[in-house]
Amino acid sequence: MKKLFSRPEGLTDTLMRYCPGCGHGIVHRIIGELLIELGIRERTVGIAPVGCSVFADEYFNCDMIQPPHGRGPAVSAGIKRARPECIVFSYQGDGDLGSIGTAAIIHAAARSENITVVFINNAIFGMTGGQMAPTTLPGMKSTTSPKGRDVRKHGYPMKVCEMLASLDGPYYLERCAVDTVKNVVKTKKALKIVFQNQIDDKGFCLIEILSMCPTGWGQTPVQAKKWTGEVMSAYYSLGVYRDRSKEAK
Amino acid sequence: MAEKKLMYGNHAIVEGVIAAGCRFFAGYPITPQNEIPESMSVRMIEEGGVFVQTESEIAAINMLFGAAAAGKRAMTSSSSPGISLMQEGISYIAGADIPVLVVNIVRGGPGLGNIAPAQSDYYQATRGGGHGDYFTITLAPNSAQDLYEFPKLAFELAEKYRNPALILADGLLGQMMEAVEFSFEPIDPKSLPEKEWALCGCKGRERRVVRSYDLKQGRLEELNLRRAEKYAKIRSDEQRFKDEYCDDADLVVVAYGTSSRIASAAVRMAREKNLKVGLLRPITLWPFPTDVLADMSKRIENFLVVEMSCGQMIDDVKLATECRSNIQFHGRPGGGVPIPPEILKKIEAVLGGAR
Repeated sequence: MKKLFSRPEGLTDTLMRYCPGCGHGIVHRIIGELLIELGIRERTVGIAPVGCSVFADEYFNCDMIQPPHGRGPAVSAGIKRARPECIVFSYQGDGDLGSIGTAAIIHAAARSENITVVFINNAIFGMTGGQMAPTTLPGMKSTTSPKGRDVRKHGYPMKVCEMLASLDGPYYLERCAVDTVKNVVKTKKALKIVFQNQIDDKGFCLIEILSMCPTGWGQTPVQAKKWTGEVMSAYYSLGVYRDRSKEAK
Repeated sequence: MAEKKLMYGNHAIVEGVIAAGCRFFAGYPITPQNEIPESMSVRMIEEGGVFVQTESEIAAINMLFGAAAAGKRAMTSSSSPGISLMQEGISYIAGADIPVLVVNIVRGGPGLGNIAPAQSDYYQATRGGGHGDYFTITLAPNSAQDLYEFPKLAFELAEKYRNPALILADGLLGQMMEAVEFSFEPIDPKSLPEKEWALCGCKGRERRVVRSYDLKQGRLEELNLRRAEKYAKIRSDEQRFKDEYCDDADLVVVAYGTSSRIASAAVRMAREKNLKVGLLRPITLWPFPTDVLADMSKRIENFLVVEMSCGQMIDDVKLATECRSNIQFHGRPGGGVPIPPEILKKIEAVLGGAR
């Protein structure tokens, strides 16, 4: 019998612990496929964040390291500068990258460290039980904004791609989503571009991915996909925020 | 004879680190250690290494985590407030069993304190410093020569035990100029063996994971107990100290780093006055040289602990001697530096009182 669908070699043969409808599994699979398609699995070092995807160090079938909360970009830079022949990617959530690790990501981008950052934006702290994230939308309920995010009290969400696009350092910045098949395909295309950019020594690249968290949002997986497409994408516009390869021409 | 050069303590560290085969430095400016990153920014590039001025000490220690996890000798330097910021990273590095070198050119604290030399980070250096059950191997130089030689020793110990190592100096040692003899053959980084745990891509082998967490029930307890065995071995095998005139002493001064240099002069002054006084200088602060002190406490009646702090190492002296002897203290906190006559006065007071 012909095998039509299987686990890519870029992922380990392990049961993933993510919730039903969570976007992490989709993005993991894309990266797992790209590690093989680009022939880089055996020279890649991945960085797992603190948060739900801390377990990424068990799921990606390559060398992995698990640094302190938010410090992934600094650890990535250390590995990349120590071993430029390695491909280094930092997988981070919005609490990790947009809150506690803001200084790390901004300065890695400003220095244009030759690393690939995969930034999962699901507008909530998933692992700790659904608290307000720097990316939680105005009015959105969380366990630490139970009446909804009041921007006068809690401040405004962070738009990471827009913020990093104000710097000269980044080579490529794009915001994608994994709510539909079409968007998953687009996300894979974007991730392929940024891994290739690192292979070509182009400098700092980041892909922000709007991703579902049905558990944290109190929604069904189907509702969560719909909400990502209709509500989140309206606040966080999808698209390319920086592409130096186009500017160069 | 090897080449000799007059140099700042901070510059001696840089040359010692490079001679030790380290080609990775990341750090952030802070007084009184700025000569280290300034000199590194030139020397690392000359030697084909990596120099990064990071946005913070937090970034610096995490870059070290990455570079060292990739199997390279890596170091950072800072001074007290910056070392406090690094504690999170040092805890993770210890929890992941990765060797790195951290140099602390201690200044007065707490808080922003001042930029004068101090020894008030002893507790932080010898009790782990961050969260969790761990220790850092801690060396206390007292000359520019030590600052040249200790990085090599620190890397060797760090790698032997897969544990972070600290060099605990102070602003006086860093800023003082002394003759340094280039006493060992510089190590070619390429000659250092590849680490069997390094992250460098899994070609031809199983993938490797470097991490400090384990959520499976009971596993972290097992890991920590195994690490405790490692610490017990370090404690039994790696105690280092120097002693002067201790054999017939009625009183032994215990002091490390800058204080030990000053105390050494006081001890010689006491000997000129026919007072039977010796000096014990711990070189490793962790592991603390407990064995020699325990032994001494069986025959020596008086100890005088001299520190540039309100008294931190004195706890280890009391523990090592099990308080068998009369243990007195002379301390100068907040950037104060003792002079030999004031230590001599204290020695005379203790011995006078003892009689």
